[in-house]
Amino acid sequence: MSGHTQEEIRHHVSIYLRVFGALLILTVLTVGVSYLHLPLHAAIAVALIIATVKASLVAAFFMHLAGEKKIILAVLLLAAFFFVFLLTYPSLHAL
Amino acid sequence: MESLIKHISKPHPVTGVTNAKLGTWCFLASEIMLFGALFSSYVLLRVGAGTAWPRGSDILNVPLATLNTLVLITSSVTMVMACASLALKNLGKYRLYMGATILLAFVFLVVKSFEYGHKFEHHHFPSTSTFYAIYFTLTGLHGLHVIGGIVVNTYLLFPGSALWKKDPDQFMGRVEAAGLYWHFVDLVWIFLFPVLYLL
Repeated sequence: MSGHTQEEIRHHVSIYLRVFGALLILTVLTVGVSYLHLPLHAAIAVALIIATVKASLVAAFFMHLAGEKKIILAVLLLAAFFFVFLLTYPSLHAL
Repeated sequence: MESLIKHISKPHPVTGVTNAKLGTWCFLASEIMLFGALFSSYVLLRVGAGTAWPRGSDILNVPLATLNTLVLITSSVTMVMACASLALKNLGKYRLYMGATILLAFVFLVVKSFEYGHKFEHHHFPSTSTFYAIYFTLTGLHGLHVIGGIVVNTYLLFPGSALWKKDPDQFMGRVEAAGLYWHFVDLVWIFLFPVLYLL
């Protein structure tokens, strides 16, 4: 964040506050949906979609991944690949 | 004196980022694998158990966990505000926001210990069932990460902040690295909360 002008930093702060609002709303939403007692598969889908949106907001804006350098994204892509591979490998094996 | 480790504050010409930042992200990638392994275990155990698996909302305290989710999200916001305050060269505000971040982390742990205490009172231990085994493992490991964050952030609030006068860029790099870690801890909880408590 060093090397940014005061103007830019104030703009960042206003983005942080909007992301904060979105995260609060999504938290209330995911808890609210859980009280609807949806069928399990629908409940899992809704909860994971909301969690993924929340996590993306945190990663993109708080961790500044939006507009981050390629090498950082490459490191994360590698971790994501191994995570998904190891998660799905046992079920592939069972087929 | 020239520092022994190069490119701490200035981006490395090849990668375009500071070595400190690249190192922090490599560490976080390894953390993804650590929590990822346990998360995969959870998925496999749950799929294997079929309908015998309990719904978290039936046996865990959803309101307390919701409160903790809000506490941790707020602490992530105070952390980015601490970084922004440093970028605006306002050390006083930095201390305020960093102090709030640490305070919120303690609130999270106190709420969590109430939850644990309640479970132990009712003789629910990791050995009670597969659900409690993975519940205590995941939340326990996450709790240890919160404690680690408190240690680092407290260092950066008090003794570590002496670096601000000597080398503000390097100090800001340290706070940003601690921030990345802290947001990661928040991010893990964002997934743990619905998976363990709501489903």
